[in-house]
Amino acid sequence: MSASTTDPLLSIRDLRVHFATDDGMVRAVDGVSIDVGRGETVCVVGESGCGKTVTAMTVLKLIAMPPGRIAGGQILWQGRDLVPLKSDAMRSIRAKEIAIVFQEPMTSLNPVYTVGEQIAEVVRQQEKLGRRAAMDRAIEMLRLVHIPNAQRRAHDYPHQFSGGMRQRVMIAMALSCNPKLLIADEPTTALDVTIQAQILDLLAEMKERLGMAVMLITHAMGVVAEVAQRVVVMYAGKVVEEAPVRELFANPRHPYTQGLIRSIPRIDLAATHHHRLEAIPGTVPSLLNPPVGCRFAARCRYVTDACRAAEPPLREVAPGHKMACIL
Amino acid sequence: MLHYLIRRLMIAIPSLLGISVILFTVLALAPGDPFEELATNPAVPPDVRAHLRASLGLDDPIHLRYISWLTAMLRGEWGFSFVSRIPVEQLILQRLPTTVAVIGASQILALAIALPVGVYAATRPYSIFDQIANTLAFVGFSLPTFFTGLLLILLFSIQLDWLPFVFRTSIEATGWRWWWEMVRQSIMPVAVLGLFQGAAWTRFVRSAVLDVVRLDHVTTARSKGLPESRVTMRHVVRNAMIPVVTLVALQMPAVFGGAIVTEQIFRVPGIGSLLISAILANDTPVIMAVTFVFAGLVIFFNLLADVLYGWLDPRISYR
Amino acid sequence: MAGSTLASATASPATQRPRVGPWQEAWRRFRKHRLAVVSGVVLLALILAVAIGPLLWAMPIDEIDFTARLQQPSWAHPLGTDDLGQDLLARILYGGRISLAVGFAAMAVAILVGVLVGSVAGMAGGAMDAALMWLTDLFLSLPQLPLLLLIIYLFRDTLTGLVGLEVGVFILIVAVIGGFRWMQVARLVRAQFLSLREKEFVEAARALGASRTRLVMRHILPNALGPVIVAASIDVAAAIIAESTLSFLGLGFPPDVPTWGRLLFDAKDNLDFAPHWAMFPGVAIFLTVLSINYIGDGLRDALDPRRIISA
Repeated sequence: MSASTTDPLLSIRDLRVHFATDDGMVRAVDGVSIDVGRGETVCVVGESGCGKTVTAMTVLKLIAMPPGRIAGGQILWQGRDLVPLKSDAMRSIRAKEIAIVFQEPMTSLNPVYTVGEQIAEVVRQQEKLGRRAAMDRAIEMLRLVHIPNAQRRAHDYPHQFSGGMRQRVMIAMALSCNPKLLIADEPTTALDVTIQAQILDLLAEMKERLGMAVMLITHAMGVVAEVAQRVVVMYAGKVVEEAPVRELFANPRHPYTQGLIRSIPRIDLAATHHHRLEAIPGTVPSLLNPPVGCRFAARCRYVTDACRAAEPPLREVAPGHKMACIL
Repeated sequence: MLHYLIRRLMIAIPSLLGISVILFTVLALAPGDPFEELATNPAVPPDVRAHLRASLGLDDPIHLRYISWLTAMLRGEWGFSFVSRIPVEQLILQRLPTTVAVIGASQILALAIALPVGVYAATRPYSIFDQIANTLAFVGFSLPTFFTGLLLILLFSIQLDWLPFVFRTSIEATGWRWWWEMVRQSIMPVAVLGLFQGAAWTRFVRSAVLDVVRLDHVTTARSKGLPESRVTMRHVVRNAMIPVVTLVALQMPAVFGGAIVTEQIFRVPGIGSLLISAILANDTPVIMAVTFVFAGLVIFFNLLADVLYGWLDPRISYR
Repeated sequence: MAGSTLASATASPATQRPRVGPWQEAWRRFRKHRLAVVSGVVLLALILAVAIGPLLWAMPIDEIDFTARLQQPSWAHPLGTDDLGQDLLARILYGGRISLAVGFAAMAVAILVGVLVGSVAGMAGGAMDAALMWLTDLFLSLPQLPLLLLIIYLFRDTLTGLVGLEVGVFILIVAVIGGFRWMQVARLVRAQFLSLREKEFVEAARALGASRTRLVMRHILPNALGPVIVAASIDVAAAIIAESTLSFLGLGFPPDVPTWGRLLFDAKDNLDFAPHWAMFPGVAIFLTVLSINYIGDGLRDALDPRRIISA
């Protein structure tokens, strides 16, 4: 699978994540493989409910277990499998090696501690710094993400910040221990359009300065075009296409990817929810009882009988370009 | 924070006034005019009686009577007990420390049960431990304090003969021995009150923790690589305390009710048993004063809860 | 990683169940709470027992028989006798009527006052609303038991003079206990008003010219019903405990009315040689309150998905 000369930083291989619900087993992630190289920006794109957030959370083992369960596959971090890792060992990976930024800046910070305290908490935990030194680092990080008056603002509580500012705080917190990989799970979805661009710019700037790899989870193709080097398209718990960003936009092969790209508004690159949903008819199938064959068949305009008979495997159609469609 | 405190105090004052109005209304509407009794009781010396009549303004219109009654209450002129013929305030001051000690100890016991059990149960919802804790909590607050008290007496005093069932004020012993006897006779009253409140609070803590556990900021805390114990203590329990404080404050009147019953069962010489004996002896000034003291205590604890609340939740005190 | 939790919407797809009415849905959820169902059966049995029990067990409650003092349970007296040789089963069955009647009647008073205060506050808004809510908060912080004792002490003689001892005390106790428990309901009803006042269907009804009273009766109160029923169940339990407490302190019903609390009051000085005397009425109170609390819990699951904790 990894044909590249150097091992990837993160290599998710054939990951399967199941959730037990009242109505049965939901296969939220069903055999997903994603590689992220050192310093690379990979975008994972797909509609809500396609398993991209669960994939991201599972990398850090932040899903609730139970009801969640890693049913199979490997998560290789610099060659070492994280799946069987004990929680102690897992903790030393979190924030220090792999950090994560969530979708909801309004609720992702604890309302009862100052933002400075919350950033300092990571530093103290992972780098064993003293209280003072950790707070200094926190202020430095806030400055880095362009929070004005960082020295003073560090002593403010989350409710005293706007949504965009809170997301900056989250990014500062995630980067405070110099992780090698930053997972950003829809970091701009909950923000105003103008703020979205600012946060994306900030992420790009941080990447340039600190040189970490980024795995950006998003449902907006516009964002993908702007920041990605490589793109992984997910649909209903599976990877349906993967390619370098130029190749993907120039030559999208999977009908779902084509639909996603068509759904980008021409003028404004930051796509909004409505455009995309209108562009592809229907919704993601239930992962409780996924249909036999191609999972996109019900919404695909090129559907044939063969699509419904067997699931098309992911195959390489050009160098570095894989897709799962019989066409 | 100071601003917030002052505002809470400003809210507490009308509450206290409101309670005093309710109390006064009850007394004024009551047949037989309890105020009249106060002044005409032969046990009161004539000069004091004259002074009382004047200070209570018994012949004034109702609102003036309320004001003079309130000023008398606030000045600590609570009249004389018909039964023991000593000033009511003196009687209450004698008894109050015992009540506060019993309530305080039982609340500490209740917290010592509710916090660990509630948190542990909530972090393992629907486990065996959770189910047992939940069942015991239901049993605990469905058992009225007067019945628990009798059960404990039956078991520990009558069957096992381990603990005395009557609380004695004067223990003929000094030093360690005195403390030992005090502890022995306090165990049951404190346990009765503490177990009842502990059961109710366990449910509060459990449901508050369950509400916090699923919040996003807890996932954030885990993503920082914090140990699970630290996530639970600093990011779950700390936040869950905010609603718990409110619920505990709402429970304060019930706590005082429980204290009255407990004191009565074990004959603890606090203001609760003073109230009951005063009612049985038609000792009106004492009844009025004790009720007023209870009202004051409830307001005081509510204020304390407000302070705690403001301290726990920065969103409140900074607003 | 045990116990790690993530609020992930992806994990729980919308469940599709056949469409049923809200009451069937509530009943389905209530049935899932096994202890609540068991408690429902227990409570029903208790109600039946006190309702028709005295007819089947025709022993008089006040027949004094000094030859049969403080007897342990036997065939002649299944629950034993007290210090006057009175049959405890008969007394407990009779006392249960009063305890349960007080519980339900006081609950009715509480609901009535609560709905009234809550509706007026919710409908009027403004200064009226603020004043009524202040009053509600004030009542929540009243020292209830001392006031209860004070009021009963002050008014008992007058009222019994007017309507007779038993009825007088019954009215007084029900009114006073109910008068101290309406606050929760008032808050719930008012909250319902505030959240529904601006909702579309109420707007539509108003636009169609529905009168205010009609609006309240037809559209707003039914929506507040679920949480109110839950609060009501808890009120019944609390009222039974309150009445028993008064009787236990010797300040409730007169001595010759054997309520459960009164039986305990009489029994408490004979604990060492007649523990059964205290055990049976105590267990009766406990069972009743426990089953009502469990039913309340089941009702909460069934009717009040927002899980409001009521103290």
